[in-house]
Formats: sequence, C-alpha cells, structure tokens
Amino acid sequence: MRKQAPNVEIDLSALQRKDKGAFARLVDAHSPQIYRLGLKMLGNEQDAEDVLQETFIKAYQNIESFEGRSKISTWLYRIALNESLMRLRKRTDAQVDLDAGIETDDGEIIPRQIVDWCCLPEKELMSHESRQAIQRAITALSDANRAAFLLRDVEGLSTREAAEVLEISESALKVRLMRARLKLRELLTEYFSERMPESTP
Amino acid sequence: MNHQHHTNCQDTIQQLNAYLDDELDPQLCAQLEAHLESCTDCHIVYNTLKKTIQLCQSDGEEVALPADVRQRLLASLGLGEVDDTE
Ligand SMILES: [Zn+2]
Repeated sequence: MRKQAPNVEIDLSALQRKDKGAFARLVDAHSPQIYRLGLKMLGNEQDAEDVLQETFIKAYQNIESFEGRSKISTWLYRIALNESLMRLRKRTDAQVDLDAGIETDDGEIIPRQIVDWCCLPEKELMSHESRQAIQRAITALSDANRAAFLLRDVEGLSTREAAEVLEISESALKVRLMRARLKLRELLTEYFSERMPESTP
Repeated sequence: MNHQHHTNCQDTIQQLNAYLDDELDPQLCAQLEAHLESCTDCHIVYNTLKKTIQLCQSDGEEVALPADVRQRLLASLGLGEVDDTE
C-alpha cells in the first residue's frame, strides 16, 4: 500500500568517488520521496523544490560522512528534514501551537469531534478540495509532530527508522505520532462533518 | 459534542495508536476490542482515526515529482540532461 523508495543497489564506493552515474541513480531512486517530504513539510512547491536541491547538493558534498550503517534513505531523509526545519524557522509568520487545545493539563488528548464521516464517498474524500484540507491539517501540526507523522504514515518508515531519522527515542516518536494522528483526525472531522448529508436526529 | 470520558475511554484512546500499528499486546487488544464493541464514541474515533491515516497516505501517493523539477535538480547537480542556464 505504501510507496517506498525502490531498493536499488547503492554502490557506496562509487558514490564516494563522486561517480556521476552512481549519483544520478541515487537521485532518481530517492528524489520523489524527498520531494514529497518537503512538499508536505513546507506546504508549497517552491520550498519543496529548494529542499530537494539542497538535500542532494549536501548529500553529494558530504557523501564521505555517510558510513553505511543505516540505510541511505534514512540519511537523505535526515538531511531533507533539517533543511525543511531550517526554512520553517526562518518564516516570519509566527507558528501558533495548534496542538494545544485538545490536550488536558497532563498531556492527554481528548477527542472532541465525534462524527463518523467514513461513509462519505471516496470521490468526496479525495477531491481536490479535500486534499487541500488534508494539507492544511498537516500544516497545522507542530513541526516536530508533523515530521514524525510524515515519516511514519506517509513515507512508511518503521518506528525505529523514523526515530533514527529524527534522532529521538522510539517512545518519543510514538508520542509525537499519536498527537499528530489525533490532531489530524480532529481537524479532518471538523472539515468532513460539514459535508455529511443532513441527518434527522 | 459532549460525552463522558470515563477511564476506559481514555485508556482506549491512549492505546489506539499501538492497536493501529499492531503493537498492542494480545490481552490489551482483546480488552480494547471489547470496549470498541460497546462504546459508540470510541468506535467512531477509531474509525475516523484509521480513515484519517489512510487519506493522508493516499494523498501522499498522489504526489509525483514534476518532470521540470527533476530536470532542474539534475542540472543543479551537474548531472543534467538539460543545459545549465546560470
Ligand atoms: Zn469509549
């Protein structure tokens, strides 16, 4: 179901010799995922393209520092995320912490919107307008929770891999993932419940 | 919408993620499933949470790398099939 980078043979020694053919293969194998991560992290095409270019320029410059202990995709995702986070920090519009509000004082998340919108037709759920709502909801997450969510649920990394990319513990990753998912559910429920057919009480 | 969140519901919500990821131990799984059977609110949260994840995945799968973005990327790395127009 989830699309992951095809498992192309990476010739590390060729990459470290800065072999252009080997690097072109690396770029083609991983650029769609890196572009998607940047797009979902930053919310627009221009930033996604900048992150994509920066990621591979840095990868090319620093390939010697990749030791091959983790997957090369993990390493590329980490570069791309750092690049994305740097851009987000530079943005002038202050980030409102929208993760607050559904949390109690002890950090528990209480679902507020209880409407079952799953019965809506798939065509409606994946319409252009709905997909814009999905992106708005993803953008509304805190940077840390958004990164955890995108790596696990959109890029399809395992808990261990996602934690490795973010350099946090697996339990910290799970907490971020849970908050992200519940918050997204809340926001999408707000959006889709307005699109439910009128029901008689 | 106002509904009472008793301990059982709170526990259920906290465990939903592990459940969705098949990481919940079998005994807790059985308890959680029993609760979902009997509690409409938690059942709706479960359904919509699962659907939320699924929609975000489908949305991500629709993202493709545009051909012009790929060309500019290759060009910026000196791997271009297009001329570097700087
Ligand atoms: Zn319940």
